[in-house]
This record gives sequence, structure tokens and C-alpha cells, in this order.
Amino acid sequence: MSWTVIQQSLPIFEKAFWLTLKLSCYGIIGASLLGLFASFIRYFQIPVAKQLVNIYIELSRNTPLLIQLFFIYYAFPEIGLKIPAQTSGIIGLVFLGGSYMAEAFSGGLDGVPKVQIESGKAIGLSNLQLARYVIFPQGLALSVPAIAANVIFLIKETSIFTVIAIPGLTNTALDQIGMYYHTDESLFVLVIGYAIILIPLSLILTWLERRARYGTFGH
Amino acid sequence: MVDTLLKVEHLNKAYGTKQVLHDINFSVTPGSVTVLLGPSGSGKSTLIRCLNGLEEFQSGQLSFEDQPIKPTPKTWQQLRQKIGMVFQSYDLFPNLTVIDNILLGPLKVQKRSKTEALKQATQLLKEVDLTDYADAFPRQLSGGQKQRIAIVRALALNPEFMLFDEVTASLDPEMVRGVLEVMLNLAKRKMTMLVVTHEMNFAQQIADNVLFLEDGAILEKTQGKQFFTHPQTDRAREFLDSMAF
Repeated sequence: MSWTVIQQSLPIFEKAFWLTLKLSCYGIIGASLLGLFASFIRYFQIPVAKQLVNIYIELSRNTPLLIQLFFIYYAFPEIGLKIPAQTSGIIGLVFLGGSYMAEAFSGGLDGVPKVQIESGKAIGLSNLQLARYVIFPQGLALSVPAIAANVIFLIKETSIFTVIAIPGLTNTALDQIGMYYHTDESLFVLVIGYAIILIPLSLILTWLERRARYGTFGH
Repeated sequence: MVDTLLKVEHLNKAYGTKQVLHDINFSVTPGSVTVLLGPSGSGKSTLIRCLNGLEEFQSGQLSFEDQPIKPTPKTWQQLRQKIGMVFQSYDLFPNLTVIDNILLGPLKVQKRSKTEALKQATQLLKEVDLTDYADAFPRQLSGGQKQRIAIVRALALNPEFMLFDEVTASLDPEMVRGVLEVMLNLAKRKMTMLVVTHEMNFAQQIADNVLFLEDGAILEKTQGKQFFTHPQTDRAREFLDSMAF
């Protein structure tokens, strides 16, 4: 393994690093919002919307991201919907992650003990107040570990963006190998690149997990 | 002042085909303490939970302050400000501090001013000897302390009627005393209460009336404390013996 080669390839990997990070961020934020929205629809049992959410979740969780990306990037243009590669990547990540996030949030909300709901009712809280002050804060805190796992999962999924030629970390490494046969160096930088994103993130998420459990209602 | 705070007439409840409450009739006068006794599975908890709408029932009429209760979620939500309840398990909201647990109802449900509600909450905390714990989280409290806070949380809404569902049943023996003292003080101040308990000495001390429940039916309804010394039915006598009373 040659340090010179690594040094020479760093600028291009740096660009790929920031791109991967940017697309992950958009994807995760979008997936979280979609998941939160879907879990609220489930929680409040909103008719019709609830069924749609269930169909979406089954579809999203039971198809690979690879195929989802093919659809968005290669099949949609057939019906006149041409979406640029990076946008396709984000849409794919949101579509995939939304269902995982929804399951994580729903799991948290379902995990709030029944007696908590009854105690809330017993002091006269309305359903909305019960949700706002008791069930959502506790449920969201309960769902943090699953959310954290999803965040990491979604970042790792960005490696599949290679198939629609987004120059993220994985694609760049494969390019470097294909062009210069710098296999060891490229794979080394690739691993380091993901580790720089994922290890600190994982630590932050663990810290957040502990923090999330307690708060106030801010009167 | 009304002479009947709560009236229960012909209350029947079934889970599927299994009837758990049979034609329950009784009334509670203001300022009185009614103790609900009976073996496990006799329907005490189910009955007490019917009285603030946590359980639905098939037939019967409840009245509060001479007003028939229409058992809709909306009515119950309003009424629960007047009918407080404390549960067996420590049920404080773990995501809120002690003071926020107490203030949630007064501020958000009753929309009272923060200064006034806080003043009352501080006074109540003082009465249960937990002033220093206002900003603590429930996880930092012992079971007995949590249960005293749960009582304060219910009292902060200024209820006219308090339901206690085996509030000492999951406490360590030495924690029980403190919780019972809080309830005895309430009784002294003429708070109307319905108490489910297995603490027989306490029951005798606090009871103005006794309801003895077996298999979902009221077997004995006695004024005063004679239940403990002169139970009318063999079943009640057996029950008192089994409690080593």
C-alpha cells in the first residue's frame, strides 16, 4: 500500500465524502419526517390514510433499495418523469427509510405503558394533551435506539447509489480501482471515509439516547 | 351541599360473556370514607375504575352531585377533574419532573395561572414532606415517595372525590405508613374517598362505610366500623379471618 497514492486520491475522496454526507442527511431528515407523519396517522387511526400507510410500509420494506433506485432513475423517465441522479438517490433513501422510521416511531408509541395513559386520563387530559405531554415524549424517547439504528443503516445504504452513478464514497473507490488498479489504497480510504462518518455519529446517538429519556413540558 | 356525592344504581359489567359486576348499588355521602373490601378477583378494581370512566359498563346509572353521568369520553374527561384517582403502580410521568407532574393538570387541563397553581403545589408538597423533591425526576424517588406525589398530583386539581386503588399494594412495608398517613390526613379534612385496600388495620381506622364485594356483587354494605367486629355474613367473617384480622 502506498501513502503517496492515498494522498493523491484524497481530494477526490473528500468531495465524495461530503456528497455522501449531504445525501445521507437529506435522506435521513426526509425519512424521519415521513416516518413521523406515518406513525402519527397510525397512532390516531385515521381511516383510509392508515391503510395507505400500511401499503406503503409493506412496499417499502419488502423491496431492495437497489430496485427502488432502478425504478426511480430508469423507469420513471419512461412515464415522462426524469429525475436527476442525486435527487433520485435522496428520494430512494426517503422512500426506504420512511417505513423503517415509521416502524421505529410506532414501536416507541406502542411501548408506552397503559397505566401511563390511564394516569394521564385520570388527571383530565384530553386525547391531544395526552399525546402531547405523555405519549409522544415517552414514545419518542423509547424509539430513539431504533431510530439511531436506522440512521446508521441509511448511511450505509448510500453505498448502493453507485448503481445510478452518484459519485459518493463507494462509487469513487470503485472508479479509482477501475482506472488505476489502486485496490488496497482505495478500499482503505473507503473504509476510513465511512468510519469517520459512522463512529462519531454512533457515539452521539448513544449520548442522545440517554438524554432523550427525560425532559419537561416547558411551562 | 348535596347529600349524595356519588350514586351507583344497578351497575352491571361483563367482559364478553363473563359478568364481573352484578347489579351494584351504593351511594357515597360528601365527606365520608368508603372502604371497598373483598378477596382478589372480586371486582374491586373494576368497580372503582368504572367510577371515573376507565372501564365501560353494560348497564346501570352513575350520578355525581345528583347529575346523571352520560358515559361519553367528553363527560368523563370533564368529570375526572372532580374525581381524582391514584393507582397501585407508581404511575408518575417519568419524562416530567415532580413539579411538572403535579402542574400538568392544573395548568393544561384547568388553565389556571402558574403562580396560583405553583403556590398550591408547593403547599401540597410540604404536606407530604417532599418539598425538596420538586425538581427531581420520578426515577430518583422511592416507591413511597412516588405514591405520595401521585396523590398530590390528583389533589392539585382540587377534586371533590378521590379514588384509591390499592395504592400501598406494591410498596415495601416501611413505605406503606407514609402513604397511609397522607390518606388519614385527607380523611380528617373531610375529603370524600373511596378506598380499595388490603391493609385491614388502616381500613378499620379510616372507614365510615364498608362495602364487601365477592364475585362481583356487594355482599355486605355497612355503616360505621361494625363490619370489622360484627360481619353479617359467613363469607365476610371468613375473609376477615383469612386476612388474620
